[in-house]
Order: sequence, then C-alpha cells, then structure tokens
Amino acid sequence: MRVKGQTTTLDDLDWKILQALQENARGTYTEIGRQLGITHSTVYERVKRMEKHGIIRKYAVVIDPEKADLRRVTAFMTVITDPKESEKVAAKLSEFEEVLEVFASLSEELSIIAKVVAENQDKLHSFIAQSVAPLRGVLRIRTQIVTKKHKEQGFLIKRS
Amino acid sequence: MSEKGAHHPLTTSPNTPIIRKLPREKAFYFFTSIGNYTGENAASLEEFIEKIKEINAKSLEFHLYRGDFEKWIAGTLEDKELAEEIRNLQSLNLTGEILRGQLYLIISKRYEKLKT
Repeated sequence: MRVKGQTTTLDDLDWKILQALQENARGTYTEIGRQLGITHSTVYERVKRMEKHGIIRKYAVVIDPEKADLRRVTAFMTVITDPKESEKVAAKLSEFEEVLEVFASLSEELSIIAKVVAENQDKLHSFIAQSVAPLRGVLRIRTQIVTKKHKEQGFLIKRS
Repeated sequence: MSEKGAHHPLTTSPNTPIIRKLPREKAFYFFTSIGNYTGENAASLEEFIEKIKEINAKSLEFHLYRGDFEKWIAGTLEDKELAEEIRNLQSLNLTGEILRGQLYLIISKRYEKLKT
C-alpha cells in the first residue's frame, strides 16, 4: 500500500487480503496468510495499515432478518425536493433510524432516494406521513415497497 | 344541541385548533397510497376544504377508508363531532366525485357553523 497525499494505492496483496476478509471477516491472520501463501505478520501489518488509513472502515455482522424473526417491510422512497433544500432534506433523512441508506439523484427533477425499513406497511406510512412529508423542501414522495429480494451484496472487489 | 355537541360547542375562539392555522408538522398530508405523497397539504380546516375540492379522488378514498381524516379532525383539530360525521361516510362505500361532493358538503357546512 502506498500513500500519497490524500490518495492511497493498494497493491495486489492488499486487494487479496481485503477479498479474504470480505468473504470471512473473522478469519485469523494465520488463516488468511496460509490461504495467500504469506506470513501472519504480513497480513497483520497490512490490515492494521488499511484500518489506520480508513480503507477498512469497520467489521460488520450481516443478519438474516427472516431467521432472526425480524420480518420488516423494506421500501425505496424517492423524495422530490426543492433544489434549495435538497441537502438539508438528505441530512435530515439520514438522521432517522428507519432510513438505512440515502442517495442523491439527478433525473428530470432533483430527488433523494432512500432505503427505508419499518415493522409493517402501516408503520411505514406513518413514518413517511409524519416525519418525511412535513420536512421543508419536500415536494412529492413516491414509494416502492420491496416484495422480494433477488440479490444482496456489499461492495465487490474486482481487480482487472 | 346533542350530548356530543355539548362537549364540542360551536362557539370558537381564534385559538381553537379547528379554526386556527396549524404548524406544518400538524398539517394533513395527502397521499394516494402507502408512502405516495401528492405534495398537497392542509394546515387548517379552511385549507382542508379547498384541497378536498381539487385533490385526486384516489387520495380521498385512500384516507377516508384508512380513517385518516377522522383521526386528524378528532386528534388535531379537536372536533369529535365532525370526525364522527366523516366516519359515518365510510359505511356508504362512496368513491370518486360522489365521495368528494359528500365530504365537501359535510365539512364546509360544519366550517360555516363554526365561523358564525
């Protein structure tokens, strides 16, 4: 890994370590080293450097909501906003625990797309009606409720 | 005056929720279905009547049969009598322009009484 100003360049070995960690973040340095044909201390050193430079932001747990009996309604909400208020609306949306992800999008109108979860459709509607619609700068909202998930994956490392 | 009317007298002051302008978080927000906000809202009974005249009839159907109108009128505007009249509309299974006409009639009649 080379650090030059704000830019960090990863080498092949860094990428391979990241890939191994993405598949199993609980793998030990020894296991990853064995898998890649390097010593555990090399793995340790590189992981620590990537953590220090913020390339590895955190190690998270992926929960299967069905198996954990946490059935939730998931929806994608497109919020059409007044361009002057768009940033504030996005910031406000990001504060709600019901909102998992927030994106800005430029189509015909300036909009914010947010992934929202709620216990059921009634609670989803109450949240949108009571917390999102009253935000200053919200012009209209379109919501699509997810009925089936075909794929879910985090950032995929691909090296050309 | 009925027993219910005695609890909700028609004499109102400008500060009575049914008459005054509400803060935006207490306004009524019109949706056409779950999570689909039309961009229209009403922060007073007067504005509510205006919106009833022009809003998509789908929105009126959505809110009437979910009980949203009666909930807002009873809870926020604090007019249980009007809320009950609105609730009674549900059993008539009205839709579209006929529903719009009935809602407008009931609410504007009540508003005129309150104003006097």
